[in-house]
Amino acid sequence: MCLGIPAQIVEIVDPEAKTAKAEIGGVRRIVSCALLEGQAQVGEWVLVHVGFALDRIDEEQAAETLQLLADMGEAYERELAQIRETASEAGAS
Amino acid sequence: MRYIDEFRSGEIARALTSELADAMPPGRELALMEVCGGHTHAIYKHGIDELLPPGLELVHGPGCPVCVIPVGRVDDAVSLALEPNVVFTTFGDMMRVPGSKGSLLDARSRGADVRMVYSPLDALELARANPEREVVFFAIGFETTTPSTAITLLQARAQGIGNFAVFCNHVTIAPPLRAILDAPELRLDGLIAPGHVSAVIGSRPYDFIASEYNRPVVVAGFEPLDILQSVLMLVRQLAAGRAEVENQYTRVVRRDGNPLALEAIEQTMELRDNFEWRGLGSIPKSGLRLREEFADWDAEQRYEVPGISVPDHKACQCGQVLRGLVKPWECKVFGTACTPERPIGTCMVSSEGACAAYYHYGRNRPKRVKIQT
Ligand code: SF4
Repeated sequence: MCLGIPAQIVEIVDPEAKTAKAEIGGVRRIVSCALLEGQAQVGEWVLVHVGFALDRIDEEQAAETLQLLADMGEAYERELAQIRETASEAGAS
Repeated sequence: MRYIDEFRSGEIARALTSELADAMPPGRELALMEVCGGHTHAIYKHGIDELLPPGLELVHGPGCPVCVIPVGRVDDAVSLALEPNVVFTTFGDMMRVPGSKGSLLDARSRGADVRMVYSPLDALELARANPEREVVFFAIGFETTTPSTAITLLQARAQGIGNFAVFCNHVTIAPPLRAILDAPELRLDGLIAPGHVSAVIGSRPYDFIASEYNRPVVVAGFEPLDILQSVLMLVRQLAAGRAEVENQYTRVVRRDGNPLALEAIEQTMELRDNFEWRGLGSIPKSGLRLREEFADWDAEQRYEVPGISVPDHKACQCGQVLRGLVKPWECKVFGTACTPERPIGTCMVSSEGACAAYYHYGRNRPKRVKIQT
């Protein structure tokens, strides 16, 4: 559960509530950007941990981290499975 | 991918390891603790421990959020889950952690409504969607996770969602480090500090380790080369007789952390006088509870929980594993009675636990694995 997974912001959902839709390992779900300074922008890469964007990261770094995670195998798969399973319940609409 | 391929091809890793060997202070044995379970996982996965020069050892630390929850708190969670009308929500890993009367998964098979969530916001959403039920969220984790719970609480209050409560088990990283440094059984020469915790708290909270304990600290990222480089930075400090806090993970970690995250924690939570840790006992000022203003959302105030300290399973050596005193494969039940499918201790449950990491990646390494009989 402690993994930070790089995700790309694909849509701003509610600028007031600082929510955005992000693509995480092929799954789209709503994440909170309440911990980011300023507004998130579409196209930006962020490090997502338990549904929150913890920090912005650059694209190259995101790609490297994603590969590393894919490489970690089981832990990453489990985390992704959790995102997938919960995406429908939690506003992945 | 470039970084990993380079690591795999071994060139940079080899260069770093030979630099490491050169940097080693002659005639000294060094023990460095990697505090974070994410680092433990990467170290076993990539066999980093086997690249180290003789005399240099990595010791696993307490930084696995699932692992440090004591049996008594699991029992409290099970009791909350069995409350009538409660939907008990938890991160997946916590479901399988055995309590003295079974795990949350067992509670579910006894009829409790236990659901896995990925984020505390999912739990809040469940509460919103099911106003006739009471949703309790099992909040665990170090400072990486705490701000998420804090923001969720702020939203619950702002949106007036009253059928939502948090069972708060958040812990802070510095006090257990102090406890480990104070303990006489383990001599540590330096610490590899966790990257994502430090994204929230910054590198400043580790200053006491350098100033009071005269030990170097390097905040490290999670890629294999990050870890190797951090080890090299520590060894160089030790060889030069320095003890400073250095930051290897500058791409994410700043000296003062994430102010928005710290502010959210400050608004919603406060330090408990004491909190019990698996294997480390009760540590003063190490755990968080909800502030009085959030009593309506505090599961410990809304429901009766047993709140009893329960000793670990007799065979379990997680406590020693978490303090770096015992390696996973030295535990008598490792890989036999205790496996990821049927865990006895927490360190075998979470993928960040040292036992689970070693079980997945280390078992085939003959020189380390005890013959299983
Ligand atoms: S093998 Fe199991 S019981 Fe032994 S220390 Fe690891 S998790 Fe605990």
